[in-house]
Amino acid sequence: MDWQGQKLAEQLMQLMLVIFGVVAFITGYVLGSFQTMMLIYGAGVVLTSLIIVPNWPFFNRSHLKWLDPSEVEKHPKPQRSNFGPMKKASKK
Amino acid sequence: MHSFGYRANALLTFAITILALMCGIASFSDNFNSPSPTAQVQVLNINWFQKKPDGDDEVSLTLNVSANLESLFTWNTKQVFVFLAAEYETPKNSMNQVSLWDGIISSKEHSKFRIHTTNKYRFVDQGSNLRGKDFNLTLHWHVMPKTGKMFVDNIVMSGFRLPKAYR
Repeated sequence: MDWQGQKLAEQLMQLMLVIFGVVAFITGYVLGSFQTMMLIYGAGVVLTSLIIVPNWPFFNRSHLKWLDPSEVEKHPKPQRSNFGPMKKASKK
Repeated sequence: MHSFGYRANALLTFAITILALMCGIASFSDNFNSPSPTAQVQVLNINWFQKKPDGDDEVSLTLNVSANLESLFTWNTKQVFVFLAAEYETPKNSMNQVSLWDGIISSKEHSKFRIHTTNKYRFVDQGSNLRGKDFNLTLHWHVMPKTGKMFVDNIVMSGFRLPKAYR
C-alpha cells in the first residue's frame, strides 16, 4: 500500500467499526436482544477486515514516483561540516 | 498501516475497544429499568421442631413461595438468582440470616412462579433461641447481567413466628 492508501485504510477502518458499533447497539437495544447486537457487530468486524486488511489495488492508486538513479548523481549529498563539535560546545 | 499484520492488529485492537464501550453502555442502560417485583410467602406447616444433640435448634418448614419477577429482566440479563432467607434476632447475634431455599431463573418466561416445597437448606440456629421466635422471610434476588453491573435487592415479609414448644 502507498501512503495515501494507508491513510484511507485507517480512516475506513475507524469509520466502519464505529458505524457498525452504533448500528449494532441501537438495533439490539430496540429489539431487546443482546445476541442481535453481537451478531451485527461481529459481521461488521469481519466485513471491515475483508475491506481494509488485504492489499487491494484501490489502496495503491497514488503511486509514488521515486527519483531516477541518474538524477541522484547530479545532486550530490551535502558534505559533512564542522557543525557537530560546535553543537556540543553550545550545550554547555 | 504498512503491512498485513500491522493492519490486522490495528483492526483487532480498535474493534475490541469499541466492543468494550458497547458493553459499558449496555450495562449502563440497565439503570433505566425500574423494576416492580412482587412476592408472597406462606408457611403451610411446621413439620418438626427439635433441639439437636449438639444443642442447636432446628426446624423444618413447608413453604408456599409465589413471586412475579418479570420486571427485573432486561435485554442485558443473563439470569436471576433468587433465595429465601429467614431473618431474626438473638441475644448473641443482632442479625441471623438463614437461607432456606434458592433457585436460578434463566428467562423472563419462568420468572412468574409459585412453588410448594420444604426448606431446601436446613434451618438451624446458633444455639437454642428459636422457641416462640418472631422472624421475617425475605426474598433476595441478584440480577446477573450478560455484561456489567449486577443489581441486588430484596422484599421483606414479616409476621412469622415459630411455636413456643418443640414438636
